[in-house]
Amino acid sequence: MSIPNDIPITPELVADHGLKPDEYQKILDLIGREPTFTELGIFSAMWNEHCSYKSSKKWLRTLPTTGPRVIQGPGENAGVVDIGDGQAVVFKMESHNHPSYIEPYQGAATGVGGILRDVFTMGARPVAAMNALRFGDPGHEKTRHLVAGVVAGVGGYGNSFGVPTVGGEVEFDERYNGNILVNAFAAGLADADKIFYSKARGIGLPVVYLGARTGRDGVGGATMASAEFGDDIDEKRPTVQVGDPFTEKRLLEACLELMATGAVIAIQDMGAAGLTCSAVEMGAKGDLGIELDLDKVPVREERMTPYEMMLSESQERMLMVLHPDKEAAARAVFEKWELDFATVGRTTDDLRFRVLWQGDEVANLPIKELGDEAPEYDRPWDMPVPPPPLAPDDIPQMDVADALLRMIGSPALCSRRWVYEQYDTWIQGNSLQRPGGDAGVIRVDGHPTKALAFTSDVTPRYCEADPFEGGKQAVAEAWRNLTAVGADPIAATDNLNFGNPERPEIMGQLVQAVKGIGEACRALDFPIVSGNVSLYNETNGRGILPTPTIGGVGLIPDWTRMARSGFAAEGEAILLFGAPDWWGTHLGQSIYLRDLFGRRDGPPPPVDLAHEKKVGDLVRTLIRDGIATAVHDLSDGGLAIALAEMAIASGIGATVNQLEGGDPIPLFFGEDQGRYLVTMKRETLDRFFEDIYPSAGVFAPWIGNTGGTALTLGEARPIPLAELRAAHEAWFPRYMGGELEGH
Amino acid sequence: MKSAVVTFPGSNRDHDMIVALTRVGGTPPAIVWHKDTEVPAVDLIVIPGGFSYGDYLRAGAIAARSPVMDIVRERAARGVKVLGVCNGFQVLTEAGLLPGVLMRNASLRFVCREVRLEVVNADTAFTRGYAPGQVIRAPVAHHDGNYFADSETLAAIEGNGQVAFRYAEGTNPNGSIHDIAGVLNQDKNVLGLMPHPENLIESAHGGTDGLPLFSGLLQQVA
Repeated sequence: MSIPNDIPITPELVADHGLKPDEYQKILDLIGREPTFTELGIFSAMWNEHCSYKSSKKWLRTLPTTGPRVIQGPGENAGVVDIGDGQAVVFKMESHNHPSYIEPYQGAATGVGGILRDVFTMGARPVAAMNALRFGDPGHEKTRHLVAGVVAGVGGYGNSFGVPTVGGEVEFDERYNGNILVNAFAAGLADADKIFYSKARGIGLPVVYLGARTGRDGVGGATMASAEFGDDIDEKRPTVQVGDPFTEKRLLEACLELMATGAVIAIQDMGAAGLTCSAVEMGAKGDLGIELDLDKVPVREERMTPYEMMLSESQERMLMVLHPDKEAAARAVFEKWELDFATVGRTTDDLRFRVLWQGDEVANLPIKELGDEAPEYDRPWDMPVPPPPLAPDDIPQMDVADALLRMIGSPALCSRRWVYEQYDTWIQGNSLQRPGGDAGVIRVDGHPTKALAFTSDVTPRYCEADPFEGGKQAVAEAWRNLTAVGADPIAATDNLNFGNPERPEIMGQLVQAVKGIGEACRALDFPIVSGNVSLYNETNGRGILPTPTIGGVGLIPDWTRMARSGFAAEGEAILLFGAPDWWGTHLGQSIYLRDLFGRRDGPPPPVDLAHEKKVGDLVRTLIRDGIATAVHDLSDGGLAIALAEMAIASGIGATVNQLEGGDPIPLFFGEDQGRYLVTMKRETLDRFFEDIYPSAGVFAPWIGNTGGTALTLGEARPIPLAELRAAHEAWFPRYMGGELEGH
Repeated sequence: MKSAVVTFPGSNRDHDMIVALTRVGGTPPAIVWHKDTEVPAVDLIVIPGGFSYGDYLRAGAIAARSPVMDIVRERAARGVKVLGVCNGFQVLTEAGLLPGVLMRNASLRFVCREVRLEVVNADTAFTRGYAPGQVIRAPVAHHDGNYFADSETLAAIEGNGQVAFRYAEGTNPNGSIHDIAGVLNQDKNVLGLMPHPENLIESAHGGTDGLPLFSGLLQQVA
């Protein structure tokens, strides 16, 4: 068999496709001839880092991915977890970093669109979304523009589609100056016995294309996402896709209606590398060949080449294998929603991926090998060396009240209201906790008491200093945030953002972070059921902070017994659960050191996973027993920031003691892990200390009381809540309004 | 009491509205698809929130020209109550059933937050559950809620009691002229408002200030 090559395959062309010489040799060995231009494009799409996980696969395999609740782990469009009553939650987090830097609105919008599609492809109706966003230094010339565009894009897509955005993260660091991170999370609900998969079944069945038409947008996008940025960055704009949430909403409704008819055998959304990845995935998983006839593909541009059609990343498209006898029912659904559809191919028994165009066969490749034989690397890696501990007397001093006011109003810790008010957080009518607390919570529609909690967490500066502890901490903090609202953490998704894995120090970060994540997930019974890896997040050779974002999902059996972070009432006792003897000790890698003293030294706080679990399980029990009236976890900024957030959220002040003989700085600003603030009514306090505390094995000192209109920390001057709130709310709108000079 | 919810491609708060009508009225509303050529005999027609046709033209402009709106217009003329929320309000202004227009928010940004509403005219089928001058909480979530009308129209609707709700206590989220949040037609049987009373009707929502709109309305038309 021979396929004519109109375009000669040169080493330069191979390199332009992101394929290394040895990878190209592997292609030659595999197919026994020179590939066509279209085939080269297909290989580059399937074998790039984004689609093949070639650098990370070895380490991803070490993560715990199973558990009694797990219905589907990694490898499908999203993970599926049993939540009882025959229902399942379907979720995943995925990055859209490179496109969002080049074109922030569309990059972020299509990131949201892609993750929503991953969820409803599996038969689940999306019920919650989150976004973990990381930008460069606020003073960098591009940052404000990127924040404005990304936030508008996230909102523009999710709001129109109709999913509540219930949580997320926004962080600034100069290390993201040339490479921002946009990690989009979505979760949906489905009947546990009605999950749809990508595995094709049956020979000679129609392969049907549904959704938006194919254009040239995004051609080569997955390859771009697997390359570092250089100074030619702006030339990459044409590889960014354009989102259409209106079509996505129709696609959602059409897919769910179609699935209800029983017509769908297999379904796969067209995400990265569009038609190529989706068709190969469906065939390879089902041990079937796929034949595509590109003349049948709905297109929106003229004279598209087969290469462009196979690599287009036009959004809002689905590929499915349908029961032939239900085609008429399927057609009625598509027509109702006015979506383009076409039978573009069929399943075959020859295990080949064949692409026809204008009478020619432009690709004929072994379908299994396209996916399974993708290169896999055991890349060399250097063991990271954590920084030495700070000297015990190395405690830079500042007035506690001054420090708190500066920190609560800083870019790192100020209110994200400017951001989340651009997201529809109410839609669907099930939002119980909206952004601003420890976790977003939604009711499970149709169930009288059940609710789901969602959080997104990672502390990249910890990961930079010690990737292993940082990986553990990301998982532990997600688990803690879910616990803090009273949820059982049931499973997580990971979105691993790192630099160039071909550099051993970056690979070392990835390896150690994955090991840390794995250790924490095992200790906390918190399996990873889906995820995404984004590498080559570098600009001109400088990597981002290692950022393994963890999206956690928790189950609340009875939402009338959940906790919120705002103080519940005046005159309640404040207890610090999980505290060390001195309440707070660890300043290494703290916000206090970084933002007030410009210091990024010391190791991050270690995470004692057994302690974490013991404290969390106790706090959750207290929430469900109605003993805890408000709960907030301690994280960035330590005890002082957590108290301030509880006060601001409620409008109720607090007075907190200070241990005699100790330095108040680590006590109030240390970032020791595994701690929660819990309030209790004074009348239940005796019961707690007499009946529960003696056998709990957790140190939970009574550190102060709620009440008044100021926050008083030890011997520091009382800070009126109005002043605290004003500081907390000011920075973001002023920065985005261009009022802050020097930023 | 019978109600119907009209949906267009891109409607996305239809679910919230159906839940509210079912919860308060006891029976689920009829669902009318934009291509339907008939609307059942109902006492209340609701056009819910969302992004009909993506709002890629002016918000609500395409939906306002769909055939089903001819039926809505004809029913409204016969006194049937018509409620448009958010995108529904935009559709009703575009369809000429309500005066004024809804422009892009003054901030140019989507806004989702809780605001305060003053019940300006409590003497209508929609607002009889509230006291005149009562200030209630209400969620808003929109990109194009900046109400505008020329001075002549403004004088007319203010003089004729057609302003149903006004943003209160400095919470106008979008730059609406005269802080107008909800507008009635001359006969007071058509109401459009930007806020979402359907998202504040039970304790799980954190409040029930939206409930009297539905309970007053449904009792009225029962």
